[in-house]
Amino acid sequence: MNQQTSKKNIFTFFRDFLRWSTTGSLKYHLWMALLTLLMAVGTYAYTLQIRKGLVVTGMTDYVNWGLYISNFTFLVGIAAASVMLVLPAYILGDVDFAKAVLIGEGLAVTALIMCLAFVTVDLGGPHRIWHMIPKIGYFNWPMSMLAWDVVVLNGYLALNLLIPFYILFCHYKGQKPDPKKYVPFVILSVFWAVSIHMVTAFLYAGLPSRPYWNNSLLGPRFLASAFAAGPALMILILTFINDRTTFHIEGKTINKLALVVTVAAQINLVMLGSEFFKEFYSPTHHSISATYLFFGLDGHYALVPAIWTSIVLNVIATLFLTFHKTRNNRNFLLFSCILLFVAVWLEKGMGLVIPGFIPSPLGEIVDYFPTWVEICVMIGVWALGAFVFTLLIKAAIRIEHTYETKYKKEQKEQ
Amino acid sequence: MSTETIPKVSDSNHGCGNNEGCGCKSTKPVNNEKMDRRSALAHLIKGAVVGAAAMQAGCKPGDWEERSIKWEEYFKKNFRVMSNKERDESVKRLVRLAEMENGKKVEISYKGPTKGVLYGYAFNISKCKGYMDCVDACVKENNLDRDSNMQYIRIFECENGNMNLEDGKGDFYHQVPAEGHFYMGTQCFQCENPPCVKACPVGATWKEPDGIVVIDYDWCIGCRYCQSACPYWARRFNWKSPTVPAAEINPKQHYLGNRSKKKGVMEKCTFCIQRTREGQLPACAEACPTGARVFGNLLDPNSEIRYVLANKKVFRLKEDLGTQPKFWYFMD
Repeated sequence: MNQQTSKKNIFTFFRDFLRWSTTGSLKYHLWMALLTLLMAVGTYAYTLQIRKGLVVTGMTDYVNWGLYISNFTFLVGIAAASVMLVLPAYILGDVDFAKAVLIGEGLAVTALIMCLAFVTVDLGGPHRIWHMIPKIGYFNWPMSMLAWDVVVLNGYLALNLLIPFYILFCHYKGQKPDPKKYVPFVILSVFWAVSIHMVTAFLYAGLPSRPYWNNSLLGPRFLASAFAAGPALMILILTFINDRTTFHIEGKTINKLALVVTVAAQINLVMLGSEFFKEFYSPTHHSISATYLFFGLDGHYALVPAIWTSIVLNVIATLFLTFHKTRNNRNFLLFSCILLFVAVWLEKGMGLVIPGFIPSPLGEIVDYFPTWVEICVMIGVWALGAFVFTLLIKAAIRIEHTYETKYKKEQKEQ
Repeated sequence: MSTETIPKVSDSNHGCGNNEGCGCKSTKPVNNEKMDRRSALAHLIKGAVVGAAAMQAGCKPGDWEERSIKWEEYFKKNFRVMSNKERDESVKRLVRLAEMENGKKVEISYKGPTKGVLYGYAFNISKCKGYMDCVDACVKENNLDRDSNMQYIRIFECENGNMNLEDGKGDFYHQVPAEGHFYMGTQCFQCENPPCVKACPVGATWKEPDGIVVIDYDWCIGCRYCQSACPYWARRFNWKSPTVPAAEINPKQHYLGNRSKKKGVMEKCTFCIQRTREGQLPACAEACPTGARVFGNLLDPNSEIRYVLANKKVFRLKEDLGTQPKFWYFMD
């Protein structure tokens, strides 16, 4: 036993991690093959964009950010939402969350990788990104909010790689992780999660040129909707893992998460009401973007179907979640989580970024429709996310499972 | 093979270096630093490129020259931290690249600002008739992409009785002036407090001491945050490689002005920095047939622009945003 432990080091950890994440059933390999195919499609579309320029997207000088930045914004929320698992598990010592938390952190890492991918595919000169490296390049920090965002996103990525790595490595060696070594980083990551949210919201809210974004509710509402969509996705993932793998997630964990989702979804709707009131009770010149979004403007209705779909889904999901009977029913819960996830994706994606550009600062109304290139690249990045997440979780579950069975055995022997 | 190609490169580099293009010695020298980390990196890469070139035995000398120039361009610094020597070298490379691309000899200056000069612009809405001569002149002067019909200047046709520019029409197409209408032009207002400069994550855009907000086209990463930040819709992005027919290229260029751009970078009006820093009027002001455009030095009490500011009722767009444009509107 001891001999085996001493043989395990950081190199064998990575070797075994890779081995475990690349071996599996036929179904597993088919799933990974499908994701690889989708990534290949995305890569092809992206090479087209690299060769011809961003002209192959639906973006214009009028709507200069589209699907890519919308997805980026949404995924920042998903990344930060893992804090809803981290906080109770590590700091409040809630054992119900302890098992799910590594999966939450895996989701955060995945979402951040996707965020960085979406920003990179949006750049006109991705090969010049080294201009951002301090000292070598010219990093406009602290003036530029985009520079801040780069700092907080990469910092959060580092934290979310570091903490689970330490815990998994300890478990891999059959040791108990030392809380003194990782809890300070966990506390830091809790604050950091809020900061990636707020800084990303400030990216928009800091622009007086776009009255639709330039409001102080943008950040808080972004936070609320993310704390609904993120844990909703977690519930779906945890349920899947519980049903399909050896890794058992307590029903209590799901129930507590469902409560988090419910409260966040309710707050999000209250804030939507507040926005609605502000924009439409006394409509001013600054309400034009909101009018465009919700009701259309001068014969332009591009976003109207999307936003009303989102609102309807939001309301249905929130109602189901609010009543104990439906929330505690597994099928209703899973259904509501799917609705909520789609609703927030539409709301934060299409409903937050695009209308900020319409009408233009000089009053011109130009619709935005994504092209097939953008859609393929988007699918490619989502496939990349699913791929990375699967790799991470596959091996992590294996390590956790081994540790638990062994740990329990040892405890029994004692 | 490699020993044959390398002298060829240096030969042709000398050939282009002797031309008159980079003769702007009037700019004050920027700190000449010793080899820092960045240039050390560049030297390393240059070495690597020479090595790589030796591998590509089948390469034509022209291809190889273009590639090596592009490599060196790729590793150059932000314009603001370059020494004048580095600027000269970059200009040499850019001139050679332009020549290789379309056989046209261009001159690229990087003349700096003059002390005691702060540029300002005033637009007389009583005089403008919407003829759009300014737009044409601007497109030609600044080598703007012809395919996408890029324009820095917008002229809005507004109905009498409504001063709200946002209600005006920017895409009118009929005989002008139209009855019961007036015309308002917009372009980059060179704000004293520019939101675009604050937004840029890599410092690729900044305000020069003479008040012009410029872009280092080779430093821009194309994130378009500045475009989102501009309240006047003044910035244009190169969604594709811009094209200008060789015969129509304006060869008198400025590093921060009308030189040729590439796809994926931002550009905008610079008050024709290549002209105004040489004491000329911007192309739009010169082209205007009605005299609606007044351009000058805000620090010169005898300038026409100062006369307008002192004697006319002037206003600026979206003053509530605190951007302080150096572009005023007035009426007779």
